Amino acid sequence: MQTTLDADTTPAPAHIANHPLHWRNRGYAHHFKSRDEDFDSSKFGMWLFLTTEVLLFAGIFCGYAVFRMLYPEAWSNGSHYLDWRFGAANTVVLLISSWTVASAVRCAQLNKQKWLQINLVITLLCAALFVFIKIQFEYIPKLGEGKAPGTFFSYAYAQNPYEVLWWSLYYMGTGIHALHVLIGASLLAWVLFRSWKYQAYGPTEYLMVENSALYWHLVDLVWIFLFPLLYLIH
Amino acid sequence: MSYADSNAHHEEGSYFSGPPGMLAKIWQWMTTVDHKKIGVMYLFAIMFMFFIGGVAALAVRYELLDPVRTVQMMDASGEEMTIVTGERLAGLKDIMNARSANEVYNRMFTLHGAVMVFMFIVPSVPASLGNFFLPIMLGAKDVAFPRLNLLSWYIYVTGCLFGVLSILMGGVDTGWTFYTPYSTTTDADHWRVVLMILAAFILGFSSILTGMNFVVSVHKLRAPGMGWFDMPLFLWGVYATSIIQVLATPVIGITLLLLVFERLFHIGIFDPSMGGDPVLYQHFFWFYSHPVVYVMILPAMGIISELIAVHSRKHIFGYRAIAFSSLGIAGVSFLVWGHHIFTAMGELAAILFSGLTFLVAIPTAIKVFNWLATLYKGSIAINTPMLYALAFLFTFSIGGLTGLPLATLATDLHLHDTYYVVAHFHYVMMGGTVVAFMGGIHHWWPKMFGKMYNEKGGMLGCILVFVGFNITFFTQFFLGTQGMPRRYANYVDEFQTLHQISTYGSWIILLGFLVHLGVFIASLISGEKADQNPWGGLTLEWETESPPIEHNFHHEPVVTHGPYDFDKVVPPGWDPKDYPLPANPSSHS
Repeated sequence: MQTTLDADTTPAPAHIANHPLHWRNRGYAHHFKSRDEDFDSSKFGMWLFLTTEVLLFAGIFCGYAVFRMLYPEAWSNGSHYLDWRFGAANTVVLLISSWTVASAVRCAQLNKQKWLQINLVITLLCAALFVFIKIQFEYIPKLGEGKAPGTFFSYAYAQNPYEVLWWSLYYMGTGIHALHVLIGASLLAWVLFRSWKYQAYGPTEYLMVENSALYWHLVDLVWIFLFPLLYLIH
Repeated sequence: MSYADSNAHHEEGSYFSGPPGMLAKIWQWMTTVDHKKIGVMYLFAIMFMFFIGGVAALAVRYELLDPVRTVQMMDASGEEMTIVTGERLAGLKDIMNARSANEVYNRMFTLHGAVMVFMFIVPSVPASLGNFFLPIMLGAKDVAFPRLNLLSWYIYVTGCLFGVLSILMGGVDTGWTFYTPYSTTTDADHWRVVLMILAAFILGFSSILTGMNFVVSVHKLRAPGMGWFDMPLFLWGVYATSIIQVLATPVIGITLLLLVFERLFHIGIFDPSMGGDPVLYQHFFWFYSHPVVYVMILPAMGIISELIAVHSRKHIFGYRAIAFSSLGIAGVSFLVWGHHIFTAMGELAAILFSGLTFLVAIPTAIKVFNWLATLYKGSIAINTPMLYALAFLFTFSIGGLTGLPLATLATDLHLHDTYYVVAHFHYVMMGGTVVAFMGGIHHWWPKMFGKMYNEKGGMLGCILVFVGFNITFFTQFFLGTQGMPRRYANYVDEFQTLHQISTYGSWIILLGFLVHLGVFIASLISGEKADQNPWGGLTLEWETESPPIEHNFHHEPVVTHGPYDFDKVVPPGWDPKDYPLPANPSSHS
């Protein structure tokens, strides 16, 4: 845990500065010996949790690999139904959001309250944009054409009987990923609210910002793998 | 959690002296973040699920008392009639909405498996004894994330409720492994299969949270002076378990999620008629479910290390070997799942998995030999924990050694899916984990509840469980090698004697557990007050009161000796006059 020399030293308005949730007024959990121990433990716990997330998605990627090996043609066809431009746009959106969320952590460490909030707002807008593109330009048109998973599959021009499996894995993979986007956005919205209301995060109390940001990076990372595997294969 | 005011000292009573008034007490327990209370709540919830799973097991054995036979006979009026004998569970047919008595049987063994695996034995030792003792043995005030700990208990209870709801709706007959395509098609018009799958899915989250909590606690919360190799071996066992829980459970999460979608929306991934692969499900399932048998056994091994060292008052033999073998087992556990599906893979893969499976025997045997060497020339106390530890050595060795023919490809072809597998599995899980768990409960009972139990009653229960267990399951080795397949309600006449002996054994086990229950209740009501350190243990939990105070210790403990230095240190709470130390203590690494 570090504070830096160029941290913003503007004092918070009195009604916020005296609030127990303001970052200067926060202690640490009673069963820890020090603030550092609390911080390190929580961050370690977050990394363990991210490990479990990676293994969760591993199931999807493993299924993807197995069926791509079994039915290369169905996979090639399936990929060509996807428009890489939407995938690329969403990749850019998520990369930008990862940059802003990292900046948010830095701003918390530097006590730049306004920029902390601005960065979080941009991140949330990116999250909304991602979900919007995903639903509006990808899910809705595809479902309308019958390119749906399992029993709902009714696309009349499928050239390979196993394309339905491609769609099943496409929707499971991107669906679970989208769920993670929503969870991550909720976490960041919670951070934004507490930052706006109490200035809850600052140079000595930015754990929640950092852990939410770590989660957000993971969401980004999973997409970095999903994008080429789904959109860019032949 | 309270912040900042944490260092204020106040008078502390035992952890379960709550506020006056029944409702206030219940509310305090339901909202507590104290790892000891959560451990006790886990203990009771887990024992309740053990009871449900046990009833199903007794029902399974009861049905198997005699084979199902269709008999032609005359009734009183001389008319010829056909009756069916041996369907002992037929009376439950209507209650469970089953089509036949055999279906009742299928549901019973499924319930037994699903309840015992997901709701009893996976959380058993870590969530109850682990929760209670891990922080105390580390010298900490609590686990790293107390609120997550409480959350994991609520998630566990929610998962159990889903399971119980499914049982109340009639139960499922998929087998606890939920193999596709049967699990995605059976009972198609009913929700109970989905409920049971969701129960396992939800329980996984509880398992992950507990595992994360313990890994972080072990890394960050060890008392001053406690290096990695000063930890009690119980903690090494729990630590290795927690790593598996964190790394393996998410895979079953996504597997069961896919299974639910397969069942509800036929996404086809596991359905061969749509190009999917049911064997893929089996790979996914065992990638979790094989490591998870080590989740079940590793903390039990940790308990045995404590029991044998403390009750023979001897430094554990080969501390580091035992510690590293726990990690070794955890590591290898991820590489052996294929031995459940030898026949569903290519020859080369089968040979590799067979070889890797043999590797498990090495760290396991290291542990067993180290425990035996610890007993050598120790001052062995004959009490319930020690009896259970000795029972463990006996039954677990049989369980472990009978695993080798199953890892061998040629013999496995014959033994696969027979009662031999059932017997092997129960020798490891019941003869291993449950026996160690019972020993651990007796060992730590005085610390948890502040009362002694009746030693003679405990030993009687232990002997009954041990004898009944061996009668029940040793016969099944014979049944299996002679070809009795598992999961069948019916069998040829030649098997009947062995099946009957097995069923009588299960009644002796029941009697043993009833004796234990009586002993525990008697102890809670009128047990003698326990001393701080009744066994003369050297680990940190014996340095605090029985039962422990709310923050575990009055002052943060500093570790100055190893957990097993019985020949160098007078146990905390003991008078040096009663504990003559040897003049020349042997040196230990």
